[in-house]
Amino acid sequence: MKELVVISGKGGTGKTCLTAAFSSLADKMILCDADVDAADLHLIAGPSIRDSHDFQAGHTAIIDKERCSECGLCQDLCRWQAITEDFKVDSITCEGCGVCVFFCPEKAIDFPLNTCGQWFVSDTRFGPMVHARLGIAEENSGKLVSLVRQRARKLAEEKKIDFILTDGPPGVGCPVIAAIGGATSVLIVTEPTVSGIHDLERVAKLAAHFNVPAMVCVNKFDLNPDLSWSIEKIAKEMGLSCIGHIPFDPIFTIAMVEAQSIIEYASNSIAGRAVKEIWERALKTLGLQQQAHSPQLAAGFANV
Amino acid sequence: MIISIASGKGGTGKTTVATNLALSIGEGVQLLDCDVEEPNAHLFVRPKFKRTETVFTPVPVVDDKKCNLCGKCGEICQFKAIVVIGDKVLSFPELCHSCGGCMAVCPEDAIKETGRELGIIQKGFLNGLEFVHGKLRVGEAMSPPLIREVRTFSRDDKITIIDAPPGTSCPVIASMKDTDFVLLVTEPTPFGLHDLKLAVEAVKILGIPRGLVINRSDIGDQNVKAYASRDSLPILMEIPFDRRIAEAYSRGDMIVEMMPEFKEKFVKLYQNIKELVGL
Repeated sequence: MKELVVISGKGGTGKTCLTAAFSSLADKMILCDADVDAADLHLIAGPSIRDSHDFQAGHTAIIDKERCSECGLCQDLCRWQAITEDFKVDSITCEGCGVCVFFCPEKAIDFPLNTCGQWFVSDTRFGPMVHARLGIAEENSGKLVSLVRQRARKLAEEKKIDFILTDGPPGVGCPVIAAIGGATSVLIVTEPTVSGIHDLERVAKLAAHFNVPAMVCVNKFDLNPDLSWSIEKIAKEMGLSCIGHIPFDPIFTIAMVEAQSIIEYASNSIAGRAVKEIWERALKTLGLQQQAHSPQLAAGFANV
Repeated sequence: MIISIASGKGGTGKTTVATNLALSIGEGVQLLDCDVEEPNAHLFVRPKFKRTETVFTPVPVVDDKKCNLCGKCGEICQFKAIVVIGDKVLSFPELCHSCGGCMAVCPEDAIKETGRELGIIQKGFLNGLEFVHGKLRVGEAMSPPLIREVRTFSRDDKITIIDAPPGTSCPVIASMKDTDFVLLVTEPTPFGLHDLKLAVEAVKILGIPRGLVINRSDIGDQNVKAYASRDSLPILMEIPFDRRIAEAYSRGDMIVEMMPEFKEKFVKLYQNIKELVGL
């Protein structure tokens, strides 16, 4: 079983567009959206949801006024100042640590389990997809990321599919750590901007920290060819393989508006061809043998 | 007044708006970059950093001599960060949320706190502009405590501009909570719209007045505008796509310095925000 996770450090460099393009090119794969915070892959993949499940994690304290003697111990103990002067818990500030619940002399604090999102198993024209939606302003995104990846793996085993393509979240914090641990490789999508480079270096360090091999590709490379060149140099110095460049092309946005991947919309455009090259190099690096096929064929995998 | 700049989707132009807005208002402004996972504002503002401090969060250390292996610490911990197994108490500092529960519950007074490094905070200036950012240690999972630490630099007598991280979960909430106005930045594409809606829902939960900047306003489709009008989300500024802006951004140049006509637009944006907040 192999898993490629597409990440970027900086947001908006083209992770999801590239993941969608790869899913049009992949022979057989499970598609996994691990950006549960602001998931967008479904807008192109158009999943028909087969199963949906609640995601439950963490607790929130709730004070029962009837039982509360207003002794103030909970306020003293709470390190987040989540308990107001009139003994209400601010559920957004509550960390769910349960210290107030444990120490309350009146046992007046309830501690229900939170339902903080949903996860789905779906069919798409590219193949089966596992994805999720974290509730607004909820915590535990890392746990939900781990869950969708686990489920994608299980589904791959059931269907005897040996490849998982995962769209990762931006940043270097908990959701990203949850998205890359144990992956075969990550592909870092960067752009030739001062911020793109800054964030690439941080996320590449993160991948190294967790011993996940990393590849790099540069999107919109012609916006600043000098910096694109620097990225190649930096990648080399950090021991990452740079597997291609994609030119800046508004066609990505046009394809997105049409809810299509660039391969479906304009497979032979310069950008489309660049994406194909990157895909083939990624396959080679992963040691995967997959047959290239036309996007029309991909529709046939919707019920794999 | 505290203005936070958020977006849902990454790469829509939060940092561009935050830095250009801060520079355009001029005196009495502080810019706090709360995107501590990937802070970028300093690459554009280029402040002279005067001060760097390392930020720690408290995590337990157990004195084995005092510990009687009663296991109460493991019972109270919601995060599986401390547990008694056999004749050993094991702690996993990277999982600890620093609630202090284990220390409070320990009957033998065997637990003390030490620090786990969250990252650094740097403070600097550029002319009249005060600049603060946090940088999460690579490998550290929890950004909200560092974000809250960056926000302690906020001063009542200043106009505080917060550059928030992308998304809609805890780091974003930590950046937007208790601010006076949330300025959302999006691009008019299906991804931009989808994530904008999520961000607006988050701002509604917090009950903060809000407005919208549409970046690259002439790409994509009309659905962001239709949504903004349906949801009574005021569009305060539109920045059309301009390859010169994209190239300037790539070099770390500020729009207001390269195209001075934008300064007036950002000043107007600030005045509009002030009116909406009622100041």
